[in-house]
Amino acid sequence: MDMKRDYYEDIQLLDSKVLRFWFLMFIASLAAFPFVAQNYHIYMANYMAINVIVTVGLNILVGYTGQISLGHAGFFAIGAYGTVLLMTNLHFPFPVALVSSALIAAFFGFILGLPALRLEGPYLAIATLGFGMAITQVIGRWQVFGGRMGLETPKLAFGPYTADTDRELYFVIVTIAFLLLLAARNLMKTRVGRAFIAIRDSDIAAETMGVNLTLYKTLAFAVSAFYTGIAGGLMAFLLGFINPSSFNFILSIYFLAFVIVGGLGSIFGSIMGGVVMTWLLLVLDKVQELPYVGEVLTSFSEQWMNLAGLPNIASIIFGLIIILLVVFEPLGLYGFWIRTKIYWKTWPF
Amino acid sequence: MFLQLIISGLSFGSLYALIALAMVIIYKTSEVPNFGQGEMAMLATFVAYTLLVTHGHSFVVSFIGALVFAAGLGIFLEFVFLRRAKDPNILSLILITLGFEMVLYGLASWKWGAEQRNFPFPVSDFDIINLGSAVISYLNIATLLITLFLMFVLFLFFKYTKVGIAMKATQQNATAARINGIRTNRIMSLTWALSSMIGAVAGMMLAPIATLDPNLMLEPLLKGFAAAVLGGMTTLVGAALGGYILGIIENLFGGYVSLEFKSVVAFLVIVLVLCFKPSGLFARHYVRKV
Repeated sequence: MDMKRDYYEDIQLLDSKVLRFWFLMFIASLAAFPFVAQNYHIYMANYMAINVIVTVGLNILVGYTGQISLGHAGFFAIGAYGTVLLMTNLHFPFPVALVSSALIAAFFGFILGLPALRLEGPYLAIATLGFGMAITQVIGRWQVFGGRMGLETPKLAFGPYTADTDRELYFVIVTIAFLLLLAARNLMKTRVGRAFIAIRDSDIAAETMGVNLTLYKTLAFAVSAFYTGIAGGLMAFLLGFINPSSFNFILSIYFLAFVIVGGLGSIFGSIMGGVVMTWLLLVLDKVQELPYVGEVLTSFSEQWMNLAGLPNIASIIFGLIIILLVVFEPLGLYGFWIRTKIYWKTWPF
Repeated sequence: MFLQLIISGLSFGSLYALIALAMVIIYKTSEVPNFGQGEMAMLATFVAYTLLVTHGHSFVVSFIGALVFAAGLGIFLEFVFLRRAKDPNILSLILITLGFEMVLYGLASWKWGAEQRNFPFPVSDFDIINLGSAVISYLNIATLLITLFLMFVLFLFFKYTKVGIAMKATQQNATAARINGIRTNRIMSLTWALSSMIGAVAGMMLAPIATLDPNLMLEPLLKGFAAAVLGGMTTLVGAALGGYILGIIENLFGGYVSLEFKSVVAFLVIVLVLCFKPSGLFARHYVRKV
């Protein structure tokens, strides 16, 4: 089937002609999308692209390096607040502000990676969780960060280009997301990526093989935080307004849910997970307006539950999806995709 | 001032200790920190509230009703979801319990909304006893006493009853326990029931201090988890002590340093402690053999 004959074939980005064709089609459709789609759908696509960045970033940490993080909302917040503050207070141009706040996030990731050297399982979970909580609390109470009221995002402008509408933002966000995805896919084919994977499979074995655990574990945290920081910075522009309550513990769980649904240790899976789950999130947000389902749920809530609480159904469905996927399809959507592909390849046998 | 801070620290700490105990009991058998613990307790508290206020039953009946509900919920979650996981690793187990958390939270806020309610507790928070420079409310005393009583009962349970000893055996080595004729699956379900009941007691004692809404247990759960990690996830005594220590540290920090960052300090302490004692203060560090 796909036998690799030498190293260069192994590190190729796209290893078959079919794949290359679909890749080009994908780029073309991405470029054409904003010219044919409605405004709300473009907003949705932006949201998806941002979540895909986070999912890939978290997947580098969870899926490839085998660490766990319940505090990624913290990095997301650092990215968002960093970008906004650098642009309003220090008048940095947009690209510089975005990259430097992502670097700040990466630095915090490195710091968080230090205790992670000695912790695993539940201990690592609580340490990362504590970090996420601490960031939100600090941001909520410090006046520099606008306190509970939050901050308004400045206009996105660099050079002659300004992005006011979702359509103009789309080009910025999707380009960045695309580049970061390529970078992630390439990273996993390098020495660094292979070190990450070796650590996931067995950190002790990796260390005996000469992988520097201290370096690569903290690096995994830093890279993951960098991705999340970039996504956070972009999210500030998409929302137009940021406040601490949007970076809570639940958000960290959602990020983890994206990764799990997409499939651990797969870039393609992360794209699927980010896109599908964001779509679900946005649809469930106004579940009452859905045809048929909405009416049933409305009458059900009037009779048994509470109509005002109906939007919380998103939380129930997300929870169930997580549980059922982990129980029945631990590889997520990517595993499903692989099985479908294999099924059709050998069909009708 | 100091005495006052210690007293309220102990009172909060005993709630953290209960949640920590509940988490550790599950952690030792199922090897997963149960993130759904808080929401399980919150739901049980809402059941108690409904029995008490909507249906007008007496407090004792509602209390027992909530405990029965909590036990049933624990068994249900373990039996229906956790047991079905094939070849689970630590990450997928954590995710399943996070899934519980989301489902239960969603259910509670769908049914009861974000409206804040007062949970009527027979002991008041406003009747106080003067202790020199400090005051202690009846509710604080009740919390402390109930917690100590519960810990004592747990101690007796694990020491002298057949089920308790079977639980300990399952925790130490499930395969060996099974060979010796213990139905480890059933024990697993019972562990979840027991832990869920302890959590429910914590929830019902917390509700009169805070207000009853679906967010009731969000922060206490994290604190309880932090307490368990602080003491060591593998020792019951350690977890309980961790709860008290965390409660006191938090209150002292809130009183002397900064009230604003009171809830952050718990996590900073945890991270610092874990840097030096990766398995918690009171647990022996477990060295993995290759």
